[in-house]
Amino acid sequence: MSTSWIVGAGMIGFGRFPERTVQDMGAEAALLALDDCGLAIHDIQALYCGNVWQANGMIGQKILRHIGQTGIEVVNTANACASGATAFRLAWTAVQAGMHDVALVVGCEQMGRAGLLRPRGQSTAIPTEGVLGSGLMPAVFAEAGVAHMAQHGTTLEDFALVSVKNHEHASRNPLARYQDETPLPVVLGSEMIAYPNTKLMCSVNVDGAAAVVLVSEKKARALGLSRAVRVLASALRTDSWTPQNLAMPDVNTCTRQAAELAYEQAGLGPEDLDLVELHDCFATAELQHYENLGLCAVGAGASLLHDRTVWAGGRTPVNLSGGLLSKGHPLGATGVANLYELVTHLRGEAEARQRDGARVGLAHVVGLGSCAAVTVLAAP
Amino acid sequence: MDSPLPLVPYLTVREGRAPVLEGKRCSHCSATFLDARQHCAGCGERDCLQSVELGRTGRLHAFSVIYRSFPEVAVPYVSAVVDLDGGGTLKANLLGIEPDPQHIEVGMAVALDVFVPEQRDEQGRAYLAPCFRPLQEQP
Repeated sequence: MSTSWIVGAGMIGFGRFPERTVQDMGAEAALLALDDCGLAIHDIQALYCGNVWQANGMIGQKILRHIGQTGIEVVNTANACASGATAFRLAWTAVQAGMHDVALVVGCEQMGRAGLLRPRGQSTAIPTEGVLGSGLMPAVFAEAGVAHMAQHGTTLEDFALVSVKNHEHASRNPLARYQDETPLPVVLGSEMIAYPNTKLMCSVNVDGAAAVVLVSEKKARALGLSRAVRVLASALRTDSWTPQNLAMPDVNTCTRQAAELAYEQAGLGPEDLDLVELHDCFATAELQHYENLGLCAVGAGASLLHDRTVWAGGRTPVNLSGGLLSKGHPLGATGVANLYELVTHLRGEAEARQRDGARVGLAHVVGLGSCAAVTVLAAP
Repeated sequence: MDSPLPLVPYLTVREGRAPVLEGKRCSHCSATFLDARQHCAGCGERDCLQSVELGRTGRLHAFSVIYRSFPEVAVPYVSAVVDLDGGGTLKANLLGIEPDPQHIEVGMAVALDVFVPEQRDEQGRAYLAPCFRPLQEQP
């Protein structure tokens, strides 16, 4: 099978931009990605656009109104926090199948106030939050963390180290929402939201956009491979039936299955990864994904924080971008932004946060409800 | 005043009897469901789901103590995931215990109960919600 290549990547700095529309941000990211590889909108044969909160708003088409209505195929995807990753997955499928030689992928989100938190629609006669436990994301991932603590002896301090690490990493990423280090006492001392996650152990609610240009092998060779990045694998899985899935969304099983598929496609294993960008929506999630992605044995996640394997300078640094905890989590943009991060390292262009000698990177995204996407990229 | 109505369809309350949880169980693979399902999500078999009365006791599978919520929600409180004895998993409030992680242990035995939340619907009607309380072990 021939290989698809990412030749262009762009991302706007994440932040709160109440004055900007989602298509405005998406268009800026799209142009950054096009300029990065010297292509024009006229070269693009299809656009795949990931977005959550305005998923019925034809955002892909609205982006083209800003940068060129060329009449190309547009697909808008919604798959919760994996919406951007799903857009990339569809573009990859189309390019791999030979349908298109040049596809543009955009992930973008305008969160608004507390967009992540307030549930939409209500199926019961009175609101159930605080009545049937909590269905909000901090509780969902806190409960997963507590189950891990009970099973494996993981501590609140172990989880807090995830946040210390990702904030430290973000201090070297000029595109991150927060670029301040937060030592352990600061993370532990911030407001407790849902035990064991304090405020600094919850992802940052931001607006943002990111884009990549994906091309066929033939097109990549025609453009020149000096800054091109190979796509070694793309996998997407949903939640299989498990008994606790009734009350506890299971993002572990689908992550494990997507990772296994991706490693098989790529013909490599977790020991071959030089860096990982994974879905740290809460500190309690990141540690469990070390295990789900096979970076360590089940139950051993905390050890990777203590022996610094997953820190900058370690064997397999995780979330050098600062992750969702410090770079920020604009839902639909997240799955494309982490591809931008991998591409930047695999090209050796990540400056102060560069993973030295980066050859292979893995990106992972979870969509609650549930699904998991895993992508593996490699330097040319 | 009318007696409170069950908040969720899987809760059944009969005059003078303890409340029960009614679920569905697959006759093929024994998967147990509390929410609405047409057929079995566990094995994919059709027309195999039968009503079943679920256990009134269980073990705490996971929990969180919630300290920040919407302005109208009283905090702190305990959000609990309970594996029911005999099958089925349910999320509900854990009452009758200090809302403090130091006092709550995964694996502890709990029993089903019901309570009447303060909220009323547009017609002013009250509801009964399932909840759990620590099981008082018999000496």
